[in-house]
Amino acid sequence: MVAHAIFFYFFSIIAIISAIMVTASRNTVHSVFFLILDFISISCLFIMIGAEFLGMIMLIVYVGAVAVLFLFVVMMLNVAQQKNQWFGSSKSSSHIPIGLLVSLIIFFELIIVVGGWQYKPDLLNSSTITVSENISNTHSLGNVLYTDYIHLFQISGMILLVAMIGAIVLTFRERAGLKRQSYINQISRERKDGIQLVDVPSKKGVKIDV
Amino acid sequence: METLNLLFNEIYKILFLLIPVLVTVAMIVWLDRRVWALVQKRRGPNVVGPFGLLQSLADALKYIFKEIIIPASSNKVIFILAPIITMTLALVAWAVIPFSENLVLSDINVGILYLFAVSSLGVYGIIMGGWASNSKYPFLGAIRSAAQMVSYEVSIGVIIINVLLCVGSLNLTDIVLAQQNTWFVLPLFPMFVIFFISALAETNRPPFDLPEAEAELVAGYQTEYSGMMYAMFWLGEYANILLMCAMGSILFLGGWLSPFDIEILSFIPAPFWLIFKILFLFILFALVKAIVPRYRYDQLMKLGWKIFLPFSLIWVVLTAGYLLYFNLLPSQL
Repeated sequence: MVAHAIFFYFFSIIAIISAIMVTASRNTVHSVFFLILDFISISCLFIMIGAEFLGMIMLIVYVGAVAVLFLFVVMMLNVAQQKNQWFGSSKSSSHIPIGLLVSLIIFFELIIVVGGWQYKPDLLNSSTITVSENISNTHSLGNVLYTDYIHLFQISGMILLVAMIGAIVLTFRERAGLKRQSYINQISRERKDGIQLVDVPSKKGVKIDV
Repeated sequence: METLNLLFNEIYKILFLLIPVLVTVAMIVWLDRRVWALVQKRRGPNVVGPFGLLQSLADALKYIFKEIIIPASSNKVIFILAPIITMTLALVAWAVIPFSENLVLSDINVGILYLFAVSSLGVYGIIMGGWASNSKYPFLGAIRSAAQMVSYEVSIGVIIINVLLCVGSLNLTDIVLAQQNTWFVLPLFPMFVIFFISALAETNRPPFDLPEAEAELVAGYQTEYSGMMYAMFWLGEYANILLMCAMGSILFLGGWLSPFDIEILSFIPAPFWLIFKILFLFILFALVKAIVPRYRYDQLMKLGWKIFLPFSLIWVVLTAGYLLYFNLLPSQL
C-alpha cells in the first residue's frame, strides 16, 4: 500500500509539474515535449488504478500519434523560433484575458461535475455493467462498448470521420500542371505505343518528334 | 528485508533478460553484415575473432573511445536525451516477450498493446535527435521518419486486430497458446506478409530507410551524432528490429511452440524455438536489405495508406465474418 502511494505521488507530481511547464516554457517544442511527458504520467496513473486498457490506448493514440503530429506541426511551422512571451511583452498579451476567461469557465465546470457526482448514486445501476473480479478490464469494456453503448460508439466514430473529411476538403487544392504517376498507365504501356520502326530513305532522313 | 530481497530478485531477473538481449543485438549486427555480404558475393567482416564474430565488440570499443561531439547550436538536453530514449524504449519492450509458458518477466493483461505502444513511442528518439541537432539533414530525416512511422503503425495496428480476433485476448501468452493447432501464419498469410513489410518500414530498414538515405540526407537524423551516442542509436535500432522479429514470431509463427506440436521436436527447449524464429525473421530482414532497392518517398506513403491500410481493413472484416459465420469466435468468458 505504501509503495502504491509512493508511485501515485511520483506520477501525479510529474504530471502536474509537466502540465505547468507546458504553458510556462519559452520554447514551443519544449512545451510539446512536456505535454508528452504529461500524457505518459497520466497513462501511468490510469494503469495504477487498474484501467490498463485506457492507459495503453492513451499511450498509443495520444503519445504515439497525436503528439507526434503536434510536434510535426510545431516544428514545420517554425514557431520554435518565436519565443513565448505571453506575460513578458505588452503587445502579445492581449489574448490573456480571453484565455483566463475560458480556463475559469472550464475550472468551474469541472468543480460542478465533480461536486455533482455524489448526487447521481444510481449511475452504476443505470446500465448493465457487471463488475466482476475475474473479468479483465479490457473484456468488460468491450462487453459494454459494443452492446449498451454501440450507438454512442458509432456516432463518435462518425464524428471523427466527418472531421477527417472536413479537414481534407478544407486543405485540398487542385493544382494545375501537377504530374502524377499512374501504375496502370505504366504497366499497360506496350511496345507499339513507344517504338516506331521506320524505313529511312537514303539522304532524305526522317522527321521525328511529330 | 523481505521487500529488499524481492527487489534484488527482480533486478536479477531483469539483468538475466537484458544482458542476453544486448549480446544478441551485438551478434545480430555481425549476422546482418555477413548475410548482406554473402548475397553480394563479398566476405563481410571475417577478421576479428572466429568468423569475425567479435567484430561488433571491436566496433563498440572504437565507439566508446571516440570523442562525443555536441554541436554548439544544438539543443543540448534534447540532443543527449534522444539516443537514451531510443535505447531505453527498445530494451523496455522485452519485458513482456514470453520465452516459454512460464518464462516471462511480466505477464500483463494487455501485453500486445504494451508492445505496440512502446514501438510507437520509438519515433520520439528519432524526432528529438533530428530536431535538437539544429541542422538541415537531420531535421529532414526526422520529419520523414515521423510521417513514415505514424503511417505504418496504423496498418500494424489493424493487423494486430486481425490476430486478436482469432485469439480473444490481449495477453501474449494467450496469443501463443491459441496457436497450438495452427500457427496464424497459415490462415492469415497475407497479413503476415503485410506485417513483415510494415515492420521494415517501422524500423527504418531498407528498402524503407529514407530517414537515413545516405544519397540524399547524409545519414539522416544521425548525422550530428558521434561516439557512444551514435552507438546507442545504432544499438537501439537493432534492438527494435529484433523486437519486431519477436513480435512477428509471437503473432504469426507460434512463439515458443515447436512446429505442429510434433513430439520428437519437443526435446529442444521452448525458448530456443522462439530464438530460432526470431533469427529466421531477422535473416529475412537482412536478405531484403541486400536485394531490394530503396523506395521513393511518395511510393512509400502510397503503399502504406492506399494499399496496406485498405487491404488489412478488408481482411479484418473477412476474418470477423468468417469467425462469426462458422461460430469460431473465441469465447473465453
